[in-house]
Amino acid sequence: MIKLEMQGISLSYNHAPVVDKVSFQVVPGEMLGLIGPNGCGKTSIIKALSRVLPLRSGKIQLDGQDINRLSRSQMAKLIGVVPQNPLMPETFTVAEVVLLGRTPHLGLLRHESAGDLKIVEWAMERTGMSTLASRKIGELSGGERQRVTVARVLAQEPVAILLDEPTANLDINHQTAILDLIRDLCKERNLAVLIALHDLNLAAQYCDKLVILKGGRLFTEGTPRQVITAENILAVYGMNSLVYPHPENTLPVVLASNKADNRSNNSRISEK
Amino acid sequence: MTTQQNQLNALENRVTWRRRFSIFSVAAMAVGLLVVGSLVLTVGSVHIAFRQVWAILVSHLPLVNLEVNWSSTTDMIVTGIRLPRIILAGMAGAALGVAGATYQGLFRNPLADPYLIGVAQGAALGAVTGFLLPWTFLGGYLIPVLAFLGALVSVSAVYLIARVGKAIPVTTLILAGVAIGSFLISLTSYITIISADKMPGILSWLMGKFSMANWEQVGLIAPFLVVGLAVIFIFARPLNVMQLDEEQAEQLGINVERTKLILMAASTLITAAAVCFVGTIGFVGIIIPHAVRLIWGPDHRTLLPLAALSGAILLILADTASRTLFPPTEIPVGVITAFLGAPFFLFLLRRKKKAVF
Repeated sequence: MIKLEMQGISLSYNHAPVVDKVSFQVVPGEMLGLIGPNGCGKTSIIKALSRVLPLRSGKIQLDGQDINRLSRSQMAKLIGVVPQNPLMPETFTVAEVVLLGRTPHLGLLRHESAGDLKIVEWAMERTGMSTLASRKIGELSGGERQRVTVARVLAQEPVAILLDEPTANLDINHQTAILDLIRDLCKERNLAVLIALHDLNLAAQYCDKLVILKGGRLFTEGTPRQVITAENILAVYGMNSLVYPHPENTLPVVLASNKADNRSNNSRISEK
Repeated sequence: MTTQQNQLNALENRVTWRRRFSIFSVAAMAVGLLVVGSLVLTVGSVHIAFRQVWAILVSHLPLVNLEVNWSSTTDMIVTGIRLPRIILAGMAGAALGVAGATYQGLFRNPLADPYLIGVAQGAALGAVTGFLLPWTFLGGYLIPVLAFLGALVSVSAVYLIARVGKAIPVTTLILAGVAIGSFLISLTSYITIISADKMPGILSWLMGKFSMANWEQVGLIAPFLVVGLAVIFIFARPLNVMQLDEEQAEQLGINVERTKLILMAASTLITAAAVCFVGTIGFVGIIIPHAVRLIWGPDHRTLLPLAALSGAILLILADTASRTLFPPTEIPVGVITAFLGAPFFLFLLRRKKKAVF
């Protein structure tokens, strides 16, 4: 079982500590949501897992192997990353960008084989981009661009996928469409998926497990039903809330509380 | 299933077709270069027939015995004067075209060219200094060697100043390039003004010229050019991947900092090689890559060889115009490239106002 495991990792950004001794693991076929307020260390953890940010201490293991021992292309064959705001060349076509996903599987001078093209075609098919294959990136909507990046990551054929706020700046229909897609892929390809989200309701609906971070520390972890509670939200976000079961599936739904005493409570916290 | 199969074939067909089109285009452009090169060999103060030009060229090949029906002067004009000049112009054009395409791809900036990051200005300062130094031990190589050193020193300075931690952000790189470039230009201007009797030579170098071309110069820069171009062509695919941002390129297995360093070194090498004998020639590094990109698309595996070939053709034609328009006066080739290049550039901008890059 190829699992991604963090053992007491600490990270700092320009010498300021941002993540302190966090341990958790992502297993194949499981969608793990990383939630918490802005600045709690979600993006830093994803950067550390993709080796963009070096560890200050602790260890990250993939399939029992320290990821620092892996070469760049070995890493790229195992872990695919959908960054927060991926930049793409406007004049490239969708197919050309998705083809770039085959990079770790190709040598410096080798052309893409029929096998590579088959995988690229599958990745575009699976993300609903086949009909847009020869469209230029500059002509796509935000939701379509996000799908191109997911297709490019699928073309890498990784065992684990990391996503940093993939629903940011998308309309609600595109948010659910991209998360539906990622959950389906997670189950059918048995991928280990780590996804940073700031929308608690989306996180509760889509993730099998959640890790809540607060100030760079792991606050709690568990299933959405276990950890999405009014007490935890008050402790982590300093906000009173109402948590109801979703009418269709009883998963927790968070609503901001509008009572006057709650609002004053709220402003007291933000003042401190 | 059948529609899926059709789509798969569609992608495979498209990719195969594109690859064939690229190979065909490169071959056609290479033939074009040969035709243009041999056509302009006929042009000059003495007209020499096209067939005769080829006969003379073929007679110089090893193991060929042709009946010689031309004078040794004609042979001298073709192989001793015009040919090295055309080859030097072609090499300079290829170098500037490829260096421009590489800098633009590397910095994901359509304005990047040897002038933006201070390389050409460094070479100019080095060369101009050479005009004034009394040293004689390097003979005719003093100016090219100093131009080369100037380019290397200025690009290293820009690189070191722009470096933040382990990375070179594009904005600091371009700001540093512009600042250092301006500083170098001011030094060059000062030296030009105090140079008194040497001013005409300096000015004609600064505007670009091929009139002093000879086989020695061709032989001296050819190895640098071949090595630099080979390295850049090998890194065409990583350059494609780097059109995504650096983080994504790194996550796709590319060693981004090393790739940047290798490509910067190689493009500086070929820029310095191009500039050191012929002076600063503007617009080739910006016009050629843009024109190729507009027609053939942004894939560097096609873009780079086509930029080399079309850059060579452009500069050969510009140099021919420079020596034949108003004989015996030679118009500096930099004047011609700017005169043709600037309107062409404006035309491109008008025609395709959105993303040229």
